[in-house]
Amino acid sequence: MPRTLGAYVHVPFCASRCGYCDFNTYTAAELQRDGTTVSVATYADRVISQIAQGHKATPDARAIETVFFGGGTPTLMPAGELVRILVSLRNEYGFAPNAEVTTEANPDSVTAEYLQELRDGGFTRVSFGHQSSASHVLQLLERTHTAGRTWEAVEWARAAGFEHISVDLIYGSQAETDEDLMSTLNDVVSADIDHVSAYSLIVEPGTRMAAKVDRGEVPPASDDVAASRYPMIDSTLRSNGFDWYEVSNWAKPGGECQHNLGYWRNQDWLGIGPGAHAHECGTRMWNHKHPAKWAAAIDQTESPMADHEVLTLDEQRREHIMLRLRLREGLPLDYLTEAGWSKAVEAVIEGLLEQVDDRVVLTNKGRLLADGLVARLWD
Amino acid sequence: MAANTPQPGATNPEIIRNFCIIAHIDHGKSTLADRMLQITGVVDPRHMRAQYLDRMDIERERGITIKSQAVRLPFKADDGIDYVLNLIDTPGHVDFTYEVSRSLAACEGAILLVDAAQGIEAQTLANLYLALENDLTIIPVLNKIDLPAAQPEKYAAELAHIIGCSPDDVLKVSAKTGVGITELLNEAVKQIPSPVGDADAPARALIFDSVYDTYRGVVTYVRVVDGKISEREKIKMMSTNEVHEILEVGVISPEPKPSKAIGVGEVGYLITGVKDVRQSRVGDTITLAAKPAAESLGGYRDPRPMVFSGLYPLDGSDFPLLRDALDKLKLNDAALVYEPESSVALGFGFRCGFLGLLHLEIVRERLEREFDLDLISTAPNVIYRVGMDDGSEHIVTNPSEFPDGKIAEVHEPIVRATILTPNEFVGTIMELCQQRRGTLHGMDYLSEDRVEMRYTLPLAEIVFDFFDQLKSRTRGYASLDYETTGEQMADLVKVDILLHGDPVDAFSAIVHRDKAYSYGVMMAAKLKELIPRQQFEVPIQAAIGARIIARETIRAMRKDVLAKCYGGDISRKRKLLEKQKEGKKRMKMVGRVEVPQEAFIAALSTDDNAAAKAKGK
Repeated sequence: MPRTLGAYVHVPFCASRCGYCDFNTYTAAELQRDGTTVSVATYADRVISQIAQGHKATPDARAIETVFFGGGTPTLMPAGELVRILVSLRNEYGFAPNAEVTTEANPDSVTAEYLQELRDGGFTRVSFGHQSSASHVLQLLERTHTAGRTWEAVEWARAAGFEHISVDLIYGSQAETDEDLMSTLNDVVSADIDHVSAYSLIVEPGTRMAAKVDRGEVPPASDDVAASRYPMIDSTLRSNGFDWYEVSNWAKPGGECQHNLGYWRNQDWLGIGPGAHAHECGTRMWNHKHPAKWAAAIDQTESPMADHEVLTLDEQRREHIMLRLRLREGLPLDYLTEAGWSKAVEAVIEGLLEQVDDRVVLTNKGRLLADGLVARLWD
Repeated sequence: MAANTPQPGATNPEIIRNFCIIAHIDHGKSTLADRMLQITGVVDPRHMRAQYLDRMDIERERGITIKSQAVRLPFKADDGIDYVLNLIDTPGHVDFTYEVSRSLAACEGAILLVDAAQGIEAQTLANLYLALENDLTIIPVLNKIDLPAAQPEKYAAELAHIIGCSPDDVLKVSAKTGVGITELLNEAVKQIPSPVGDADAPARALIFDSVYDTYRGVVTYVRVVDGKISEREKIKMMSTNEVHEILEVGVISPEPKPSKAIGVGEVGYLITGVKDVRQSRVGDTITLAAKPAAESLGGYRDPRPMVFSGLYPLDGSDFPLLRDALDKLKLNDAALVYEPESSVALGFGFRCGFLGLLHLEIVRERLEREFDLDLISTAPNVIYRVGMDDGSEHIVTNPSEFPDGKIAEVHEPIVRATILTPNEFVGTIMELCQQRRGTLHGMDYLSEDRVEMRYTLPLAEIVFDFFDQLKSRTRGYASLDYETTGEQMADLVKVDILLHGDPVDAFSAIVHRDKAYSYGVMMAAKLKELIPRQQFEVPIQAAIGARIIARETIRAMRKDVLAKCYGGDISRKRKLLEKQKEGKKRMKMVGRVEVPQEAFIAALSTDDNAAAKAKGK
């Protein structure tokens, strides 16, 4: 089957940096300190240049099936600027019928009018960073929105005509109780959305939260707590019309994020913006991480690519196993060697996998232990 | 060298003086020997290097002498006569008592060298007693009198008290600056008797050292007692009746100098082409095959390993390298014994027997350094004799050999230990020895504030951490010497450690029943810290037979999955998993439980730092 083409657009701006965040994003003050001309106001032009230069350097006859604006906070940019980028992508590559166009959004950086402008400009899907309904959890995470704002934004998005609406949750943080999570989930299942992503909190080294943990001001996040909350999320969502389709993602029928499925099914995608990764046919490429360096390359009509990696056949096989195993649709057995096959049988006996036709699929228990299992199946 | 220098094989015994230096590590023996080489002119000052006689790197680094040497020094004494001094160096550690005794047997005199700032140490005292048993003339010497901390009067009185001489008889030197060394050599000539032997009797020579040389084979160091040993002659080893032909004979001065022969009272070396020091054993008597002596010089003893430990390569594929390395070391180490052993937890390795802990450490260090091997060694243990109700008996050198079934009695080796300490530490030492099942036999004041304590202790208690404990509890001031004296019956049990129900052979230990519980609790807690969580709950149990005496639980790992895996995460995540998989390959499987190698190393180590380090990884 021919591989489909997606496009990821990175928007490296945030109003403030959350304590747990280690993404490639910058506040206006940080960009100013770094002495770059990159800013919210000038960003779209550079992105549009990368799209045009990239398409010229590497023409691709395929129409784009999915677009995903991530960050950072894409909605810090004026809606018209995001639409301009989208138009440029459409003009260069063309869009497939019913193309999915998603943007991530911060609940407190959108209004009804803003969302309407995005929808009218071609966006079909919006994903809100809700994280939690408990204000003390939001405070620990250093999120700036109030819990109720998300549901207001969801209603605006629905009114604007978005086909798909998602919210992101962070669970297992040190401030969260079981009751906090249940109340968050109650809000989620009451909202008019068709997709939920739920991520356990990982305290990444180098973040402010990691420093607090090191100093003993905040306890470390517990894997055991996260492990006990995951089934709460899964069963609540499943009894309310959602089902899991990836380890951290649940959707109502037809609500699956097609763009993200492209990652796990090893399709091709363009990477636009600083630090963005791209994949084409077994080669992974990534752009300069810092906006200044990336912008300088664009300004000189040079490739913004920092480096690339051509995967060996075995690396490709390992990635297939790693990615496909995360999906509900499962891992086709023909990716496994004979040794891997016997490991899969072991895992079925251990209750980590179940066999569905010619595929193996993670069980409830297996979903929490997928990484160790992936490495075993590589044999 | 002067033309009138007496030549080997033609030296009148009356001008020969054979002596050794008895000293503790760091008290300056090697520096004194260096100074003697210089003063007698056998080493050109330009070629002098520190500790000339210590050949091995480990010796030079640790400042100790493992293998002895013998050097022939020409010396014109104050009386105008040209003498031949043979300085026989002795190994300086408790494990090598037998080798020391053979070196002493080759001498008529001994220089008792003591640091004027520290006083005599336990091992020196023990070797002094050995020298007195051998009827050696003792010349007491205080070294390092140039140090600001030196207390020559105090320690002269102490030495005089121990030997029974006048404090004025104690010589005071500085090997570093050379002060008093010529006087010392003159005293040695005056006081030490010349060797006595029958030049016409059948030849008899004592082997006091035997060293393997890659190019020449075994070099045997001998002291001729009777007769003469000449090149091309056939000699016989009296303990084995093996016959070898002498390819070369000579003296060391300080490089080997071949000669036609060596005669009565002389000290020299011979080479026969044998490739293994076991064919030329320390303590054996050499005679001539053609005209053998009727009786040996006596005192020969087979080296007897007292401490056993399993040595395993960290990387299982290094097993053949370890075997080759042990085969090579054995050529130069008659006391080293080993046989292949396999452990469920550690794979293939060798059960090795050593004279003692230092011997173990030295062998291990040489294997790691000279053969570039990374090794795990199991906790050292001693030989047990286990008598069963049915009358049968088992010799146990490894906890895994400890029999099941009805045990009537267990015997363990005991040692007679001498501890020298400043009197302020007597209480803490008594406490330590009591914890270690020791029995106090006596206590003597060597001087106002220094005490000699005599204990009987189980050897097993000594090999487990005793020396470190003694040093740390006495801020390094106490010194220890011991020798094995026999065995005693004791209430000993084997404690097994079970991981998920499977015994881990490497962690089994034979301990006194009173300590079984604390050993079990300690090991279970240590392993809980060291073993990562698995996909299932892992009980860690300590058991005596079928009876569980301690238990810890490693809870099951419940979550092992990255929350996010999107486009930008894929490469990084794949590499992370690849690295983890590599790490798993180095894990050892105990049943279904994956145990990192660091956990074995840390659990087997008595050093808490090692445990902390492994945990940090």
